[in-house]
Amino acid sequence: MDTLLLYLGPVILLLIVLGFVTYAILAERKVIGWIQGRIGPNQVGPWGLLQTVADILKLLIKEDTIPKNADRTLFKLSPILAFVPSFAVLAVMPFSAQIQFANIGVGLLYYMAVSSITTIGILVGGWASNNKYALLGGMRSAAQMISYEIPLVLSVVGVVLTVGSLNLNEIVAAQQKTWFIFPQIIGFIVFIIASVSELNRTPFDLPEAESELVAGYHVEYSGFRFAFFMLAEYVYIFAMSSLTTVLFLGGWNAPFGWTFLPGILWFIIKFSLVVFFLYWVRATMPRIRVDQLMQFAWKVLLPVALANIVLTALLKEVPFLAHYY
Amino acid sequence: MIRTEEMLLNVGPQHPSTHGVLRLLVKVDGERIVEAEPVIGYLHRGTEKLAEDLSYTQIIPYTDRMDYLSAMTNNYAIVHATEKLMGLEIPERAEFLRVIVMELNRVASHLVWMGTYLLDIGAMSPFLYAFRDREQILDLFNELCGARLTYNYMRVGGVKWDAPAGWIKKVEQFTTYMQKQIKEYHDLVTGNEIFIGRTKGIGSYDQQTAIRYALSGANLRVTGLNWDLRKDAPYSIYERFAFEVPVGEDGDLYQKYLCRMKEIDESLKIVAQAVGEFPSEGKIMGKVPRVLRVPEGEVYVGIESPRGELGCHIVSKGKDKPWRLKFRRPSFYNLQILPILLKDENLSNLVAILGGIDIVLGEVDG
Repeated sequence: MDTLLLYLGPVILLLIVLGFVTYAILAERKVIGWIQGRIGPNQVGPWGLLQTVADILKLLIKEDTIPKNADRTLFKLSPILAFVPSFAVLAVMPFSAQIQFANIGVGLLYYMAVSSITTIGILVGGWASNNKYALLGGMRSAAQMISYEIPLVLSVVGVVLTVGSLNLNEIVAAQQKTWFIFPQIIGFIVFIIASVSELNRTPFDLPEAESELVAGYHVEYSGFRFAFFMLAEYVYIFAMSSLTTVLFLGGWNAPFGWTFLPGILWFIIKFSLVVFFLYWVRATMPRIRVDQLMQFAWKVLLPVALANIVLTALLKEVPFLAHYY
Repeated sequence: MIRTEEMLLNVGPQHPSTHGVLRLLVKVDGERIVEAEPVIGYLHRGTEKLAEDLSYTQIIPYTDRMDYLSAMTNNYAIVHATEKLMGLEIPERAEFLRVIVMELNRVASHLVWMGTYLLDIGAMSPFLYAFRDREQILDLFNELCGARLTYNYMRVGGVKWDAPAGWIKKVEQFTTYMQKQIKEYHDLVTGNEIFIGRTKGIGSYDQQTAIRYALSGANLRVTGLNWDLRKDAPYSIYERFAFEVPVGEDGDLYQKYLCRMKEIDESLKIVAQAVGEFPSEGKIMGKVPRVLRVPEGEVYVGIESPRGELGCHIVSKGKDKPWRLKFRRPSFYNLQILPILLKDENLSNLVAILGGIDIVLGEVDG
């Protein structure tokens, strides 16, 4: 039975995530449509429920083109490099007290380390396409993701200091009384900004800025290879929103002791709020410029994140507040 | 010593942010622009040459296709020049209708600019809001003349169609509605930190440069020069209306945005006044011969189109067709400043600066 679960579990998770991606795209289009006074997809299936299915089907049957002067090996490798880590990071995510696939001691570190591999995939894709726009997009992406990884990692150090563990399960367990969004508000703000940037979404969607770079690093990709890039992007939304929930919103813990709903449902509610926030930001913000992006990461976010670490360490020693830290 | 190589980047003619078929040859060093050269002519249809074989009435629909975002002002340029050369009297009702549609068209044109400009710098929603409001203007025009984009509305001596019953009322309602909407745009866009960061101090030029490059419209006014042909060389019945000419200070993109937003406000003011004084009775066509034979001579008229000074120069040899017709197309002149504005800028600023000029390729290429 256990062996069966060992092999079946990941397959089920994969299907859940793919299902999420299918409907996250639809939800994004519906939500943004609603914000912009439009209807959104409503033709394929009731309420457009089959729209994404139809889109994926279209991508599947499209011709798979590889530019003549592209580096064929790297060109084929790069979607895989971008896509595999996005699923790999989900292994350590505690969706509820029971559902977690790998409860490893350094779960948070594992997430940060594995997710940064995607940058290589994007950079390789931009380079291998032998297209100037793709190259610029790839370079931007590499610069951006490396710059924002640092504040991202530093912003969660406050949480780690408080809990004293990198294990995501223990981090959730420590939030039974107070969610870390309250004592770690500075860390949370830095984290959410850096994570939007990590996800390459508006206002940090420079790598694929369609009005400047046409489509950025995946401009030469078509058919299913393109779908892989898109899939990676949306799975990362799933992963990053889950991580935000786990680190700052108390994971599966019920607020105000409302335990009448199961933990997994609370997780889904909080997680959906984070996803909605991402869509909302996308519908509202213009795009930041590339030099402003770098300055913001190094001159604003990084010092703030460092200050947060020092502040957390100091507050931990204050007797009255130590309860929260 | 690190040596970097320059790269030749071909932006357009098929690029989402060149607003049509403009092609830019950009030499970039990393993301810094070393040199930019616009290549135009992809949409050249030879309007001026074609006009030499067309009667004056037949030219009007061709002008619709120049600045297709503001066809009403184009219509007016050609009919106004012809009327001036012929010395025609225009009935008052026709003049009012002309002013109303021209100003509404200016609002529609600026709304498209605002929407696409924000789309260029990455904000998606204002585009849809702007088009939602522009749609109402198009509906009004549709009701008036049966077309949404290429109106072919004005005629030498007046206008083709009278306002249908209740139309003026609808225009009035739209004016009040739009004045409220402008506040929404300001809430959403004007104070946005990212928007200010993207536009403030970017792509600025001084008054001398603007005059040297023969810029006009908001591109000129943004440098602080108060020059609006509706005030400085009044035509039609603009003298009757009270409105202000918004000017900027140092010609950066943010002030261009503010200028154009204020222009929408001012245009709405003019429309509101025109609707209030709209004559309830009257003809819409003056006494015009069936075949227009324009007396021998030359005439130049300049009018204030949403993009700047739209000039029309007619040379007539007394026939029913112009001997030579020349349009001073403001987009074409405004575009000429682009290479010096883009020099040493970041590649991200390319679309912001290009968008700020507000070109319509149909007008650039003629």
